Amino acid sequence: MSTDALADQVAAPAPEGGAGARSVWRALRREPAALAGLVVVLLLVLVALAAPLLTALEGQDYTSYHDGLLDSARGGVPAGDLGGISAHHWLGVEPKTGRDLFARVVYGARVSLAVALSATILQLLIGLTIGLAAGLGGRIADAVLSRVTDLVLAFPALIFSIALLGIVPQSFPRPVLLVLVLALFGWAGTARIARGQALTLRTRDYVAAARLAGGRGARLARREILPGLAAPVITYAALMVPGNIVAEAGLSFLGVGINPPTPSWGQMLSSATTWFGGDPMYVAIPGVLLFATVLSFTLFGDGLRNALDPRSTSLSKRAE
Amino acid sequence: MAAYLIRRVLGALVVLLVLSAAVYVIFYALPGNPAQLVCGPKTCQADQLHRIETELGLDQPIYLQYWHFLVGIFAGRTFSGGPEAIHCAAPCLGYSYQTGEPVTSLLLDRLPVSASLVVGGFVIWVLVGVGLGVVSALRRGRALDRVVTTATLAGNSVPVFLVGLLLLLVFCVYLRALPFPGYQPLTGNPALWAQNLILPWVSLSVVSAAVYTRLTRTSMLETLAEDHIRTFRAYGLSESRVIRRHALRGALTPLITIGTIDLATSLTGATLTESLFGLPGLGQLLVTSVRNIDLPVVVGVTILAGAVIVVANMVADILYSVADRRVALA
Repeated sequence: MSTDALADQVAAPAPEGGAGARSVWRALRREPAALAGLVVVLLLVLVALAAPLLTALEGQDYTSYHDGLLDSARGGVPAGDLGGISAHHWLGVEPKTGRDLFARVVYGARVSLAVALSATILQLLIGLTIGLAAGLGGRIADAVLSRVTDLVLAFPALIFSIALLGIVPQSFPRPVLLVLVLALFGWAGTARIARGQALTLRTRDYVAAARLAGGRGARLARREILPGLAAPVITYAALMVPGNIVAEAGLSFLGVGINPPTPSWGQMLSSATTWFGGDPMYVAIPGVLLFATVLSFTLFGDGLRNALDPRSTSLSKRAE
Repeated sequence: MAAYLIRRVLGALVVLLVLSAAVYVIFYALPGNPAQLVCGPKTCQADQLHRIETELGLDQPIYLQYWHFLVGIFAGRTFSGGPEAIHCAAPCLGYSYQTGEPVTSLLLDRLPVSASLVVGGFVIWVLVGVGLGVVSALRRGRALDRVVTTATLAGNSVPVFLVGLLLLLVFCVYLRALPFPGYQPLTGNPALWAQNLILPWVSLSVVSAAVYTRLTRTSMLETLAEDHIRTFRAYGLSESRVIRRHALRGALTPLITIGTIDLATSLTGATLTESLFGLPGLGQLLVTSVRNIDLPVVVGVTILAGAVIVVANMVADILYSVADRRVALA
């Protein structure tokens, strides 16, 4: 095992694009927008991780109702300015229920990030496995897997996600289900990239040498091909995260995502639609957060792409 | 060409067959007993349940059910369990558990709404996206280009429903410039139709406009760097003529494929926009029927969505070969 790991390190090729972390960092430093994005992303992750701590500091939780803070004469909107912002409720309270908004958006960040990141990891795992199997396997395997990949890529994913999420019994844990559904329809882009890279890399001399030395199958894929895939796959993954955040928010907005009382930004925005006349802060707070999160991830991912591959300029996955 | 078409159509039919089988089996196998859903939650008697099962053929094995479903689409089918038999003419997708209406007519009712939304949005996002992309490419590196490029990043990051909420807040609540949108058929009053759809159109098109701007810009820059463009310039053609007659054609051809497929995807997939603005389109039909576990409708919308995409892929390839004569359909 230990010699294996050592051999891996020694034998690990450094193909073009697979530049070391240091040079990536150097290139990234020249992209101020990407750095700003990274800072916001790290901040959000910190907030999400520290959610219980932060709400304890505020002295609130995300489930308690506070009827006393509502203006019943105006249909239950929060009393006071700006949605009832006060020293006790840092971002005010929800209309109708009076639940603390700060606690709800902070816990919403947890849900949003956890679902999006897990879905991205799962999408990468499936995509890499299928892409490598197609690129390195025989002709039949390639034909079948590529066809399936094309099919999933051209799938009306939103429609299928809504249908699946709505039909699966509510007893199934929702965040897990969301991750599974997002992964099910979101791996095809990675698979396509992995296959293309594998087809190129398999003809390289060092791979041929490894093959002659008796390397084959999953082991060859893991040790010789996978390292060469790192750069394109990491850049792609960085842009998959904001896509997954938007998808989760959208599905929760439609009422087939995260179930109450667990808060989620999409779900909050959905209930805010009935209140925005009387309580615009209820739209603004989760809305601004969602936008800032997605924008930061996108800026970071775009900068990372420029740093790793200066030739490409396109943003969406459709421009592969 | 004819041989290519036949092969493509056969291929598309196979894909649709696999797709519909998967959809049917997944949705009818998942939620327990569909007959229970038809019958109602608690009030259902055992004999009632049994009658519904035989009437809908739910007592048969799933592959037989799917077979009948498939036959129904092409030849129509007859539901009979009790004394009365109901004939459902082809293309038959069954009846809604909720309202008892044929699924086919439900879909047909909703189609014009979705089409109104998507076609208008498509026009906006293509015009804005291509326009900004071309301008940005021609002004590469200047202030305008940088502004546009930054704006596309932002545009790409706003979820549809956020744009929609913002527009509603500004135009319907604060400015009161527009009434809260509700769908008006085109055949009634076109002006009212457009007035009610303007906010949904804009919301739907923001993200796509950003994507198309990026794509057009990249594609335009690539084309402008090609040899034949340099040759035209060397011949002394005016710059505007080079761009309008030659560069645009090359730059916009790749957008045909993406445009066709996006149009098809949005036709059934503009769910968020429809849901936010309360437009009774196909996406909203799906959301409500999912909530009621109205299986025939869910399966109907899903299969329609798949079919539209499969057909669009085929159309896109053919259009592309017409626009770009270098591509041969073989």
